[in-house]
Amino acid sequence: MIKIANVSKQYGDFKVLTECSTTVSKGEVIVVCGPSGSGKSTLIKCVNGLEPFQSGEIVVNGISVGDRKTNLSKLRAQVGMVFQNFELFPHMSITENLVIAQTKVLKRSKDEAMDKGMKLLDRVGLRAQAAKYPGQLSGGQQQRVAIARALAMDPICMLFDEPTSALDPEMVNEVLDVMTELAREGMTMMCVTHEMGFAKSVANRVIFMDQGRIVEDDSKDAFFANPRSERAQQFLAKILQH
Amino acid sequence: MNYQWNWGVFLQPSATGDDTYLGWMISGLQMTIALSLSAWVLALMLGALVGVLRTVPNKLLAGLATAYVELFRNIPLLVQLFIWYFVLPELLPPDLGNAFKQSHPVMQQFLSSMVCLGLFTSARVAEQVRAGINSLPRGQKNAGLALGFTLPQTYRFVMLPMAFRLVVPPLTSEFLNIFKNSAVCSTIGLLELAAQGRQLVDYTAQPYESFIAVTLAYVMINVVVMLLMRRLETKVAVPGYIGGK
Repeated sequence: MIKIANVSKQYGDFKVLTECSTTVSKGEVIVVCGPSGSGKSTLIKCVNGLEPFQSGEIVVNGISVGDRKTNLSKLRAQVGMVFQNFELFPHMSITENLVIAQTKVLKRSKDEAMDKGMKLLDRVGLRAQAAKYPGQLSGGQQQRVAIARALAMDPICMLFDEPTSALDPEMVNEVLDVMTELAREGMTMMCVTHEMGFAKSVANRVIFMDQGRIVEDDSKDAFFANPRSERAQQFLAKILQH
Repeated sequence: MNYQWNWGVFLQPSATGDDTYLGWMISGLQMTIALSLSAWVLALMLGALVGVLRTVPNKLLAGLATAYVELFRNIPLLVQLFIWYFVLPELLPPDLGNAFKQSHPVMQQFLSSMVCLGLFTSARVAEQVRAGINSLPRGQKNAGLALGFTLPQTYRFVMLPMAFRLVVPPLTSEFLNIFKNSAVCSTIGLLELAAQGRQLVDYTAQPYESFIAVTLAYVMINVVVMLLMRRLETKVAVPGYIGGK
């Protein structure tokens, strides 16, 4: 579904990504972790072309992301993305947030888009908030709406960029629950997250990054039981200490 | 001081005989309002466009927009007015230049003034719009793009609606400025409010009454503008967001 081959990216002399390669098959859930500044967010933003890269190739569902001729908008419409800071559109009600891209990008009718939006709101447990505005919801609620908004486009895969990092601790679980359910339903997912509990329960594979390189790319069990690199061992030791 | 106050002067028939001096003031006020409003429409449209272009990834477009802003922002308004009124008609193709010069003098003054004020203010509006766009969280653009919007759609549906809300207060001050700056157009003979005030002094030798009236008229315009803009601000306020409920 997603193939990342030898992707490198630099700002001036600073190498953000160095020769990153991995593949994500249909239905797989991949957790990408690593210390801050290791390039994990940049890597998943490369997958839907939000960040350009200088060399290597990324192919999503048979379409090359780096190719200048690729219609990136069309590709992005099929790839859902959830951001650290939710990024709901503050001037639109929750309903409008869910409907707008469906009608403007997918050209669905208003009724169809509403229907879909409401079903997804139900699913994330926020039907009652439909008429409110993003600023009137809690962080956890906003992030659930953001997930629903991405799902409304019927994506072929979902990218999560630290979806729980900006949340109060008590709200982390409501978002993880939605993601877990999604994973169990067979959605292809690439998640940048530090939630190791989530990784342990639903991930198929864990990718560990450090200084722009993919240091480990292993099955979840192998990664947690026996990380090969020292850097990953240190990281896990710190993060799992408490 | 032996000044003879005479507020009744406004009701006296004017020197030209066809009006009262109050009538002069009112016609000046009308001219100021007509000029400023038409220039404002021009400034908003051009300013929004140029402000947006300053933020686009295309370097050529952004560069042209920057040049536009710097050009109109760095030449004094008065000089710009003289260029539009005295110089530009000479540079136009002969047909167009002659058509301009043969039009009614007031029309010439009004057109030059409107274009001058409009473009001058548009550079300032553009800067406000750019600042508004740049003050949005960067993720908003990404969120729009990630949903499959094209860049123009992302501006249209995601960034501009918020950016314009954010810049209502600074735009209010530009809107006020355009009324005040319109007084400069009296220098090319356009009989707007300030010019009528001075003319009234020439004919009646009552400078205090005249300029107090002019001052009050400007204050009145600005109070109305502020009230309208404040209503607009409340009307477009986003619930749960700064300034909203």
